[in-house]
Amino acid sequence: MSRARLAGMSAAVLVALILTTPSTHAAVKVQEVVSAKGITAWLVEDHTNPIISVNFAFRGGSALDPDGKDGVANLVSATLDEGAGGMDSETFQRRLEDLSVSLGFSARLDTFSGRMRTLTRNRDDAFGLLKLAITRPRFDPEAVERIRSQVLAGLRRASENPRRLANRAMFQTMFPGHPYSRHTDGTLETVPVIKIADLKAFVARRLARDNLVIGVVGDITVAELKTLLDTTFGELPATAEPWEVPDVTAAATGKQVVIEKPIPQSVIRFGHGGIKREDPDFYAAYVMNYVLGGGGFESRLHEEVREKRGLAYSAFSYLSPLDHSALIIGGAGTANAQAAQTIDIVRAEWKRMAEQGLSALELKDAKTYLTGSYALRFGSSPRIAAMLTGLQLENLGRDYFDIRNSLIENVTLDDVNRVAKSLLRPEKLTLVVVGQPENISAN
Amino acid sequence: MMFKRTLLTAAAAAAAWLSVLPAAAEVFNPKTFTLDNGMQVVVISNHRAPIVTHMVWYKVGSADEPRGKSGIAHFVEHLMFKATKNMKSGEFSRTVARNGGRDNGFTSYDYTGYYQSVAADRLGIVMQLEADRMRNLIIDPREVEPERLVVLEERRSRTDNSPGAKLFEQVNAALYLNYPYRDPIIGWEHEIRRITAEDLRAFYDKWYWPNNTVLVVAGDVTVDQVRPLAEKYYGVIPRGPGIKRERTAEPPHNAARRVILRDRRVRQPSVRKRYMAPSHGHGDKQHIYALQVLSEIIGGNTGVLSKSLVRERKIAVSASAYYSSDGIGPSAFTYFASPAPGVSMEKLEAALQVEIDKLLESGVTAEEVARAKSRMSASAIFARDSAGRGARVLGAALATGQTIEDVESWPERIEAVTQEQINEAAKAVMIESNSVTGLLLAKRPS
Repeated sequence: MSRARLAGMSAAVLVALILTTPSTHAAVKVQEVVSAKGITAWLVEDHTNPIISVNFAFRGGSALDPDGKDGVANLVSATLDEGAGGMDSETFQRRLEDLSVSLGFSARLDTFSGRMRTLTRNRDDAFGLLKLAITRPRFDPEAVERIRSQVLAGLRRASENPRRLANRAMFQTMFPGHPYSRHTDGTLETVPVIKIADLKAFVARRLARDNLVIGVVGDITVAELKTLLDTTFGELPATAEPWEVPDVTAAATGKQVVIEKPIPQSVIRFGHGGIKREDPDFYAAYVMNYVLGGGGFESRLHEEVREKRGLAYSAFSYLSPLDHSALIIGGAGTANAQAAQTIDIVRAEWKRMAEQGLSALELKDAKTYLTGSYALRFGSSPRIAAMLTGLQLENLGRDYFDIRNSLIENVTLDDVNRVAKSLLRPEKLTLVVVGQPENISAN
Repeated sequence: MMFKRTLLTAAAAAAAWLSVLPAAAEVFNPKTFTLDNGMQVVVISNHRAPIVTHMVWYKVGSADEPRGKSGIAHFVEHLMFKATKNMKSGEFSRTVARNGGRDNGFTSYDYTGYYQSVAADRLGIVMQLEADRMRNLIIDPREVEPERLVVLEERRSRTDNSPGAKLFEQVNAALYLNYPYRDPIIGWEHEIRRITAEDLRAFYDKWYWPNNTVLVVAGDVTVDQVRPLAEKYYGVIPRGPGIKRERTAEPPHNAARRVILRDRRVRQPSVRKRYMAPSHGHGDKQHIYALQVLSEIIGGNTGVLSKSLVRERKIAVSASAYYSSDGIGPSAFTYFASPAPGVSMEKLEAALQVEIDKLLESGVTAEEVARAKSRMSASAIFARDSAGRGARVLGAALATGQTIEDVESWPERIEAVTQEQINEAAKAVMIESNSVTGLLLAKRPS
């Protein structure tokens, strides 16, 4: 299964392989296309190659999985393309292969999303298969059980993967009792008890027109897309079942969790509450985090942990805004004997940033990088389509690609340092260490 | 998250090849010329955006290291971001970032690469930086020691923390009896610890010359724009001594091998059977395109293997096959399977062998061949979507002895593959004594 093989590649290797030769924002014109039935998509027309990429997302994700059934949204995402309409799994998959259509779905805490890519010559057939998958999935017992066993195999592997363990523990520690503590992939206890009726209920309740956003890139005109929007998405119910996920602030208890595993390197994760995407200070925080731990080679964490002391291969931090909360999370991996020292350095950098902020030069360099490299994100049509979906989910404007760099430019040193002071609380960091760390204990 | 100085593992290389198939004839339509000092330059124009990817590929990798010094090639790659005669340590990446660009490096068995993605009008800046470190690197023992610790952490993170990665390393060491691919790209830990600054300096001095290099520039740029820049920055570097890549040869394989790793952290066991196979640079090259089509037939989501073991018989949760023709040295054709709950590894392994035997006996069908070829031809069109992909495919090909023609004519060569050729290639490669079986197993309760 090629999907499983690719999943084995580390993120770092992917970074090395996936080179971007992107469109710039200036060359990307975002059009709004509204169909006769009122379905909206954002479109970037590009007729360079005979390829069409579609990305779409329904608001409401795995945080809405029923109690005791963590993993429903994820199981749906892996099973929607396993047979639909009059086609069983094998027929459907063969049809995708023979048309060279790639179709896939994924669940996250706040969204359920899908993507499709096709050659122009197979356009109508490809949109037809997409329509069948989201409106008439079969969930035949054979397919569901086969995919369920694959999900469980993945969970068994993950149960000993230190990074996965650390990430899971972070969310459980920071969101106790909240839906955000759920495991999107489910657990070895919950996945076996999910019923086919649960999968069908998910599709019936969650996949609708009023919680749907769509991004399309490639060799297709406005008129063609208008028609295809209606034929593809027009049969979805008008409204999704109402839902509510309570807003939540990440627990700021300074808790330390140690998960003992017989491995030579401690995998460390740290974090606390962050800043939401719609917060006016988001860009100031974004610039701050670039300097703290977001800027790869240029960040302070990288400099202090890796370059100066050789303690880790990577040390990083990132902002993780959610619909109902927000986090700033970071990580590093170091030999067990050095785990305590590495954590001390992280705390010291957190404190230094909170107390002293950035220098004017750091701010200038951060802005130059963040604005100059923005165009590099527009690497391929699937990536641009995903960005179009992202803009709509975040309620950003259709002109966002054009104005984004000015939002970064407008951040002042006072903004960044004020946000650093209020956001970063070294004493409140939740800490998870997987391995056999020396001189660190749970509290 | 972006990590510097990444390592391209063999597994990743195989997977990457499958996912990033080379492009159709005249898709990339590259232009090429060679500087007086022997440096080959390849330009892939793509004017969709004012961005360029600038890549330098050195024709040296971990398989070119002296015996007993595994890890040097990758270690040098890390040090390439340190001080040169003209730049302070770290200044390279800082300068790229200050120009709004991204940069990184990677090491494989047969090549070491460095790249930057920047606005097209900054091409001269990154060329100047890259040209500087081709000959001016200072290998300072004070930089070597902390970087050695970083490399050891990288090894722990990639390999030592993962039972699957540890097994993969041992399987490779068993697959290649004498060819240098038996040593891991990142190096064995005890050898990484022993590499000296002098070793690193000698390696750099031997291999880092313009006549051992391919420059690939892809993006919003023309060959006429690249030529004067390349001459200005790279053309002034003197040609190095002629370098011959000498590799120890593989002796006949007279016995099948089994490699078993038991670890109490294994919760989902798996079996992998690898047959040594020809590549562009090694062995019976007539089979390489047939083997690519064969892996597409067997390995895909509705491929023969998954259909039988996963869908019909429910013996496996996943089953696949993959093959890469890349490389100067021998490649491998690999089968993989992981058992369904309650299925013993003995039963799974036997069922996998039945599938292999069936293939050898009955061969593939004409319909399977036609379907696979059609999918592969479409993948060549998708490869056009990003010119950076073209840079990677062409760079890897040229750094391992292939030609631009080899890459550009890939769709035609796939199209020309016949059913008979595939069956013949399978028989030539899937010979028991030519195989290693790797088993990843849970530790027996004591």
